[in-house]
Amino acid sequence: MAEGDIEFVERIAEGVLRGDVRSIARAISIVENEPRLAPLLISKIFPYTGRAHIVGVTGPPGSGKSSLIAKLAKIWRKDGKKIGIIAVDPTSPFTGGALLGDRIRMQELTGDKDVYIRSMASRGSLDGLSRATRDAIKILDAAGKDIIIVETVGAGQAEVGIVKVAHTVLVVLCPGLGDEIQFLKAGIMEIGDIFVVNKADIGDADRVVLEIENILEMASEFLPQKPAWAPLVIKTSVITNEGIEKLVRSIEEHYAYIRGTSEGEFVRDKIIEELVDIIGENVREYARHLITKDSMCNEILERVLKKDIDPYTAARKILAEMLKRREF
Amino acid sequence: MGEEKKEERKIRVLIAKPGLNGHDRGAKVVARGLRDAGMEVIYTGLRQTPEQIVETAIQEDVDVVGLSILSGAHMTLLPKVVQLLRERGADDVLVIAGGIIPTEDIPKLKEAGIAEVFLPGAPISKIVEFIKKNVRKRR
Ligand SMILES: Nc1nc2c(ncn2[C@@H]2O[C@H](COP(=O)(O)OP(=O)(O)O)[C@@H](O)[C@H]2O)c(=O)[nH]1
Ligand SMILES: [Mg+2]
Repeated sequence: MAEGDIEFVERIAEGVLRGDVRSIARAISIVENEPRLAPLLISKIFPYTGRAHIVGVTGPPGSGKSSLIAKLAKIWRKDGKKIGIIAVDPTSPFTGGALLGDRIRMQELTGDKDVYIRSMASRGSLDGLSRATRDAIKILDAAGKDIIIVETVGAGQAEVGIVKVAHTVLVVLCPGLGDEIQFLKAGIMEIGDIFVVNKADIGDADRVVLEIENILEMASEFLPQKPAWAPLVIKTSVITNEGIEKLVRSIEEHYAYIRGTSEGEFVRDKIIEELVDIIGENVREYARHLITKDSMCNEILERVLKKDIDPYTAARKILAEMLKRREF
Repeated sequence: MGEEKKEERKIRVLIAKPGLNGHDRGAKVVARGLRDAGMEVIYTGLRQTPEQIVETAIQEDVDVVGLSILSGAHMTLLPKVVQLLRERGADDVLVIAGGIIPTEDIPKLKEAGIAEVFLPGAPISKIVEFIKKNVRKRR
C-alpha cells in the first residue's frame, strides 16, 4: 500500500470519527470499491463501533419500507437521536447497474444534518447484505449515529442476511400484495421481531394481521419452549399515522429487551459470522489464484480434468498446499 | 494477495429534478437508460431545491449529477447546483443537464460549470458515452 493511500485512509477515518458527512460518504465508497484499502479503514474505526441500535427493515417491494423509515426517523429526530439510513436495492444481474429510488420517500429528511442516508446496490451479495453494507453500518456506528436503519428487499429465504447484523428486525407487509401468503411462507416469517402491516388505510389490513398471527402461532407450537420475545404484529399507515408512534416505542422496547438479555451473545454470534465470512472470502480467492496461476496447483486441476483424481482429493491437495505456503 | 482483486468502480449518478413544475418522465427514462448501461443511479423524484440536490450528491458520493429541467428557471437553478457543490469541496463531480433549454443559453451554462447539456431526443447512448469519457477519477 502506497504512503499516499495510508494517509488518505487515515484522513477519512478521522473525518468519520468527527461525524463529517463527506468523510462518511467517502468511507462507504472505499468499502464498496477498494478492497485493498477497506481493511485499514475498518481497523481505524472498529474500536468506536458497537454503540448504535441497528434496525433492519425488510419485506417485499412496495410494502412501504422507505416511507415508514422516513416516519420513524422523524420521530427519533424529535427525541434527539442521530440517524443513519442504508437503503439497499438489487443490482441487475444482467447489466450490473441498479436503480436506487428509496430516497424518493425520504425527501423530507434531506437537509437535516443529523440524518445521513446512503443508497447501496446489492452487487453480487448472496444474502441481500454485502460485505460493503456490513462495513457501511460500522462506519455510521463509529460516526456517532444512535440508530442505524437498514432497508433491504426481502422476498424470501435468500435475503435474510439482515438478521445477522440487526438487533431488531421489522418485516413490513401490506394488504393487497396478492402473493403475501407466499411471503409469509417463504421463510421471512421466521426472522421478524416485529411484523408491520402497513397501508392500514387501504384494503383489509385486519385480515393480514390475523393471517400473520395465525402463522406465528402455528410456528410457535413447534418450538421447544416459548421464546421470551414473542413477535409483535403492528398495524400502521403512513398516510394517517396510525400505529407509527406505537411502532417506534415497540422497536425501542425490543432493543431494551435485547440489551437486557442476549446482546452479548448477539454480538458474539455476529462476529463469529463475520470472521468466517472474511476468512472464507480470502481462502476462496487464494484458492482461485493458485488453481489458475500456480503451476503445481494447475497440474492438480489438469489431473482432475483427465479424471486421474477426483475433486475432493484434488481440493485436499490444494488446501494442503495453501496451508504450507501461508500466503494469505 | 489483496492486490489480485480488481478495483471495480461503478459509476454512481444522481438524477434529480430541480424546480417546482413539470413531470419526471424524461428523468426516469434517463435513469433507467443509465442503469441499463451498468451504472448505479440514485433517483430522488420531483421538486428538489439545489441545496437538497447537493446534500444528496455529497451523502451518496456520486460521480455525476444529472439535472433534468423543464421549468425555465434553468439559468438560476443549474449554476446554483454547481456553485453549491464547489462550496462543499465537491467540484470534482461532473454536472450535466437535460431538458428543454434554449440553445442560446447553453454557452452560458457551460461557462457556469455545466459540463454538457442534452436536449430532448438526445439518445441515451450519447449521454452514457459522455459520462464514461468525462467522469473523473476521484480521491
Ligand atoms: N395508502 C398508503 N400508501 C402507502 C403507505 N406507505 C407507503 N405507501 C405507498 O406505497 C408505495 C411504495 O412505498 P415505498 O415506501 O417506496 O415502499 P418500499 O418499496 O417497501 O420501500 C408508494 O407509492 C407509497 O406512497 C401507506 O401507509 N398507505
Ligand atoms: Mg424502498
